[in-house]
Amino acid sequence: MQKDFRLEWRQRAALNGMLLYVSSTVFVCYLCFSSRGGQLPAPAWNALFWIVLLFSAVNAVAKGFLQESRGRMLYYYTLVRPQAVILAKIAYNTLLLLGLALVALLLYSVVLGNPVQNVPLFVGNVVLGAVGFASTLTLVSGIAAKATNSSTLMAVLGFPLMVPMLLLLIKVSKNALDGLEFEASQSSLLTLVALNMIVGAVSYLLFPFLWRS
Amino acid sequence: MYSMKKNWWKALSVVLLLYVAVAGLLMPVPRLAILNETIRNLYFHVPMWFGMTFVLLASVYYSVRYLRNPTPELDIQAHESARTGILMGFVGLATGSIWAKYTWGAWWTNDPKLNGAAIAMLIYGAYLVLRSSFTDEQQRARISAIYNIFAFATAMPLFYILPRLTDSLHPGAGGNPAFAKYDLDSNMRLVFYPAVIGWTLLAFWLAQLASRVSLLKLKLYEKQLA
Repeated sequence: MQKDFRLEWRQRAALNGMLLYVSSTVFVCYLCFSSRGGQLPAPAWNALFWIVLLFSAVNAVAKGFLQESRGRMLYYYTLVRPQAVILAKIAYNTLLLLGLALVALLLYSVVLGNPVQNVPLFVGNVVLGAVGFASTLTLVSGIAAKATNSSTLMAVLGFPLMVPMLLLLIKVSKNALDGLEFEASQSSLLTLVALNMIVGAVSYLLFPFLWRS
Repeated sequence: MYSMKKNWWKALSVVLLLYVAVAGLLMPVPRLAILNETIRNLYFHVPMWFGMTFVLLASVYYSVRYLRNPTPELDIQAHESARTGILMGFVGLATGSIWAKYTWGAWWTNDPKLNGAAIAMLIYGAYLVLRSSFTDEQQRARISAIYNIFAFATAMPLFYILPRLTDSLHPGAGGNPAFAKYDLDSNMRLVFYPAVIGWTLLAFWLAQLASRVSLLKLKLYEKQLA
């Protein structure tokens, strides 16, 4: 599995592209709102942040399966078990999304200000979000890669599936913005962890069937 | 499909739904402010969601069986069950929308259950889009089965977990009492439970009819090819 992970890591050409993608998105947001003096009300700040993350996550993860050639898939197939592949992909995508999210958060706070009052909670929430997005989108990109119009399908299949997660994430990050204590968002965080585990487990079980074709 | 070949449950469904239509509109109901006579919609709106959940569960069951043992029949059954679930969902949204107009004053409110239902419809709409974007039948069947299971696992929290965590105008959430507490007196139970069973059976019947038609179409097509 470690070897597989390294294989993933080696073809990180997409990484720089994604970093640029995130930065330009954040900058476009900044320019769009700069007419209002550059300062956003907290709810809008929150919503915009998650939209930026959502779109960059979809784009980043879509690269994982869509860019694999058929030959390389066959090569993996002979080498490792499918479960190892999906776990490695999820792990890689999680790290990728974490990196992207942190870069996005940094740039975002620099240009649009940082109204977050409970920083540990907010960062923990972003980490959970990255794990959740990665595990949902990895399987979806695997599904979409098999179909003919993959890039449209990726968005159509992925967005509604991520909504339950996104609702919880936005709720928790709103709590973090308002500086509420940890107890106020405990149940949402637990649900989020449970949701991540459900999605991860289902991906783990289903991927071997997807792999076979 | 083959395990439910007997006809008794179809007759039961017809009898129960006739009873629900007559008794639901004529039996006495509690007088409640705001709700008034619209409380009778309970017999039609709520059972839709029960029917939808059960028929989608059946769809997942067929998808799991398809992955273990790929046959075209199982794929057709999973597909038609999902379509019936979507139909039930839309009827549920429509009845709920009318009810909301007369009690909450708007066709659509920003309520977690409404949004959850709408998103679930999007998820299953994506299932239909996914199916139509394959040309190879076996690949279509397998990949849509995978998506179906995945979608069910992520869509059900939308219905049964998230609304309970947030404030809702619906009973049973966000501090509003569940219907068992105030509006479901024993007279209403006499109609409500048969309604749930009747509509659920009707959903299964619809799914079964639709899969039989699709199966016949498939057989005709194969015959033409031969």
